[in-house]
Amino acid sequence: MKPAAKPKLAVWKFASCDGCQLSLLDCEDELLAVADAVQIAHFTEATRSVVAGPYDLSLVEGSITTAADAERIQEVRRISRRVVTIGACATAGGIQALRNFRDVREFTEHVYAHPEFIDTLEKSTPISAHIRVDFELHGCPVNKHQLLEVISAFLARRKPNTPPHPVCMECKRRGLVCVMVAHGTPCMGPVTHAGCGALCPAYQRGCYGCFGPKETPNTRAFSDYCGGAPLGIDPGTLARLFSTFNAAAEPFQKESNARKP
Amino acid sequence: MASPPHTTLETNAPPGSGSAMERLQCILEREDFPRLITVLQEQGFEVIGPTVRDGAIVYERLETAKDLPEGWTDAQEAGQYRLNKRQDHALFGYAVGPHSWKQFLFPANSRLLSLHRDGNGFTVETPAEPAPRYAFIGVRSCELRAIAIQDKVFLGSGAVDRTYAERREPLFIVALQCGVAGGTCFCVSMQAGPRAETGFDLALTEVLEETRHYFVVQTGSDRGAQILAALPHRAAFPEEIQAARRITDHTARTMGREMPKADIPALLKANYDHARWDAVAERCLTCANCTLACPTCFCSTVEDVTDLTGNHAERWRKWDSCFTLSFSSVAGGITRASAKSRYRQWLTHKLATWHDQFGSSGCVGCGRCITWCPVGIDITEEVRALTQTAPPTPPAPG
Repeated sequence: MKPAAKPKLAVWKFASCDGCQLSLLDCEDELLAVADAVQIAHFTEATRSVVAGPYDLSLVEGSITTAADAERIQEVRRISRRVVTIGACATAGGIQALRNFRDVREFTEHVYAHPEFIDTLEKSTPISAHIRVDFELHGCPVNKHQLLEVISAFLARRKPNTPPHPVCMECKRRGLVCVMVAHGTPCMGPVTHAGCGALCPAYQRGCYGCFGPKETPNTRAFSDYCGGAPLGIDPGTLARLFSTFNAAAEPFQKESNARKP
Repeated sequence: MASPPHTTLETNAPPGSGSAMERLQCILEREDFPRLITVLQEQGFEVIGPTVRDGAIVYERLETAKDLPEGWTDAQEAGQYRLNKRQDHALFGYAVGPHSWKQFLFPANSRLLSLHRDGNGFTVETPAEPAPRYAFIGVRSCELRAIAIQDKVFLGSGAVDRTYAERREPLFIVALQCGVAGGTCFCVSMQAGPRAETGFDLALTEVLEETRHYFVVQTGSDRGAQILAALPHRAAFPEEIQAARRITDHTARTMGREMPKADIPALLKANYDHARWDAVAERCLTCANCTLACPTCFCSTVEDVTDLTGNHAERWRKWDSCFTLSFSSVAGGITRASAKSRYRQWLTHKLATWHDQFGSSGCVGCGRCITWCPVGIDITEEVRALTQTAPPTPPAPG
C-alpha cells in the first residue's frame, strides 16, 4: 500500500523569528522518522539543497509584511497541494502585527538609522488573509508534538487532533494546581487555545496566551474578573495581556482595544 | 485478551451480620499513625493521600506519614484558594483541594488500545500492564458519595468500564470524618456529609486536645478490621467517641455554603428559559474547570492517533467536558454553541436529569466547582437565583 514516492515537504519562511521551523529541527529523534516518511524537499533553514516543486505539503512560517512576500506566498500556494501555517505569525500576524494599530513609519524611524531603506507594508497579516490555507497550527512557537501530529495526520489523510478548547483542559488533565485560583496569578489559560500542554502553569506561571484565542473565548468576562478585587489588575496591564504574539487575532484585538485606558 | 472485569464491589461492603466490628470503635494514637501507611504498603497497596504541592493540598502517592500536610489548612472562597498555617499539628485540618480521587480511578488519559499493521491486516493490543492497587487515605464523606456515584456510572449502568473496574475493585479506603468545613463546602445540604457512615474500610476522626492527639477509628469492612488488627490500638472510651461525634457535628454547623431547599429537579426542568441562564453565561468562560474538578463528572472523548509511518495507531480516552464545542458536535453541526446552553446543560444534568439517569443527584456538595472556577461562579448562588426570581412570562402563542 506504500506509495512509490515519498510525499515532498517544503518549509517556507516569511516575517518571523524562525522559532517554529526550529521546532521541526528540535524534533531530534523524531526528525529521522519525518525524513523517512517524507522527502524534505525545501527547508533552507536545515539544508541548502533544494528539490524543485511542486510540493505535497508546505509548512508556512511567518506573516506577510512586504509587497514581495505578498507575491511570494501566491507562488507557494500555486506549487503546494496542502498549505499548513505554523505559529502565531502565520496564523494571526505575530507580534509584528502591533504595527497594525500604530504608524509603522514612526516605528521604523525609532529603530533604524536609515529608515528610508525599509520597505514594509503598513500591516502584518496572517497567511490566510492572502491565500487559501488548509490548516492552521497555533503557538509561539508551535509545539513539536502538535507539529508531528499535523504531519502524521496529513500522511494518514485524517484530521489532526489539535483541539481548540482552553489550556485549562490540559492543565486539569495534568493535575496541575490552578495558579489563578491558588496563587492569584493572572493566567490567560481560560481564554487561550490549548496545544502547549499547559507549559507555563506547570512552572507556576500564568499562561500568556501564546497559542491565541480558544474557541468562543469570553475575553470580556475574563478581563472584568481580573480587573476586580481578587486580582486587581489595572486596565493598561489588561490591554497589554491581549497585545502580544496574537495581538491581531480578532477576539484578543477587540479586548485589548476595549481595555486601553 | 484481558480477563473479564469484575462487576461486584464487595471489598468496601460492611462486615457480615453478627459481626460486632461495625459498632466497635478504637483508638489509634498519633504516634502510631505512620504505621497505618506502612502496614498498607506492606500489604501491597500504593498509598495515595493528601500532600502539599504548588500552594495547595493535592492527592498524590505518599511514602510516609511525613508527606501529609501536617499543620496546614486552607481558606476557600469562590474562585480563591489559599494555604495557611494552623496553630496545631493536625494531619487533616483542611477541606478538599483541587484534586479528587477520580483521577486515580478514572485517569485523565488512558490508552484503550494499540493497532499494528501486520501484512495485509492488523493486530489489536489492549494495555496489558496490571492496574495499580490503591489505598486512599483521607477520603471525605462527600468523596465517598462521589465514588459511589461513579460506581453507578462506570459499573452499574449496564456496560462495565474496564479501566475503572480494575482500579476500583482492589481499592482500600481510609475515610476521614471532616473536622473542618471549607468556605465552599455544602455537603450537609446535599445529604452527603460531613459524617461518613458507609463505603469505607476504615474511617478516622482526628481528635486534637490540649495534651493529646489521637484518632477514633471505625471499621467498615473485614479488610479494614484486618488492617486495624495489625496496628497498635485499643477500644475507645465513650467520651472519646463523643469527642469524635462533636467534631463532625461542629463541621456540619459551619458549612461555608448551602444548596437551597427546593425540589431542584422540578425547578430546573421548569426553567429552561429563565433569564438567569443569560446572566451566568455573561460571566462563564466555558473553560471546563468546574467539570474537570468535579468528582462525579465522568465525560470523556476518544482520540485516535497514527504515527508517521502509518503502521501504528493508538486509541486514547481523555477527560472531556460539556463546556467544549466539540462535545456537542454531531452530523449537522454543534448543538450547544452558546455558553448559555452549555452552562445550562451542565447544571441541569448535574442537579436534575442525573436523577433520571442514575437515581441520585450528581452533586455531592464538595464545593470544588465553586473554588476552582477561575471567575468564582457559585452553583448554589445560581440555583438560588433560579428559585428566587420569577421566570419571564412565556411568549404568547402564535
